[in-house]
Amino acid sequence: MHEVSIAQSLLEIVEEEVARYPGARVSRISLRIGRLREVIPESLRFAFEVISKGRVTEGASLHIEEVPLSLRCLDCQRVWVAETPFMICPGCGGREVEIISGQELEIESLEIEDGDQGS
Amino acid sequence: MEIRVVREILEANEVIASQNKALFSEKGIYVINLMGSPGAGKTSLLERTIEALRGEWRMGVIEGDIATSRDAERLAPYRIPIVQINTGGACHLDGNMVRGGLKEIDLEAVDLLFVANVGNLVCPAEFRIGEDDKVMILSVTEGEDKPSKYPLMFQVSSLLLLNKIDLLPYLDFDLEGFQEEVRRLNPKLQVIPLSCKTGEGVQKWLQWLRKRIRCKGT
Repeated sequence: MHEVSIAQSLLEIVEEEVARYPGARVSRISLRIGRLREVIPESLRFAFEVISKGRVTEGASLHIEEVPLSLRCLDCQRVWVAETPFMICPGCGGREVEIISGQELEIESLEIEDGDQGS
Repeated sequence: MEIRVVREILEANEVIASQNKALFSEKGIYVINLMGSPGAGKTSLLERTIEALRGEWRMGVIEGDIATSRDAERLAPYRIPIVQINTGGACHLDGNMVRGGLKEIDLEAVDLLFVANVGNLVCPAEFRIGEDDKVMILSVTEGEDKPSKYPLMFQVSSLLLLNKIDLLPYLDFDLEGFQEEVRRLNPKLQVIPLSCKTGEGVQKWLQWLRKRIRCKGT
């Protein structure tokens, strides 16, 4: 359900960015979302579609790159991809583990159409 | 035309949460974001805590619920500042909702503020509100598989209160196995088993709280 709030924040950012291109419409938005964020892509798409009615993002598609969770052991430097963020090294059993990726929740780029070149 | 953006989607919330945090620091208020499932015992914990600490600190509560003010009504007899925030469907509190609630509290008259989040194991973990510590309460009746099913909340919390341990004799809850799973997700997360009904373990929670407040220098 936090997808609704995420969609609202996303819409605010996109409207702010697109304001520099008068008359432009957004056709595609690329996002990177890490596995740890517990975001359901379909719910986010649905929420975004609903709140986009009548806005510059109406009809825009969301391209969501799901970033896997990767972890690194600070003892043996092993790097691995995990389904669940267990912070224990499967190699040496070390418990000093850092998250390399999987926490992303960011917008990467926008595809816009029909805009005048920005001022 | 493609425009590169690269911005954090929840950046607006982060900004407001940081402003809240700065305000709390300025006023010398220690703030706990209390999170857990519906029925885990958030309000019972607050009842126990307020009862025990009312002579030590001036406390306030922000209650987040989707609807009703039942939790706030339960706490009303303690005569401390309580603000009810009804999220109207939203499954968590965010920085902005808490900022709105703060307007109704005299911040000069509070040392310790509890923000009881909406009952939910997922969404509240995503939204900072300006808290000093996130404290999670989980009851043994929810089952020992919750850490790996809802890892984010276990990873962002500073303390896990395992409530309703008076029911352990009637359940197949593997306490050792549960604690090991929690350690695998977050080695720094301290677990305090307690029962808000019998009071067992509550002193340990109060000790933890006193120590954290002293660390903050309130």
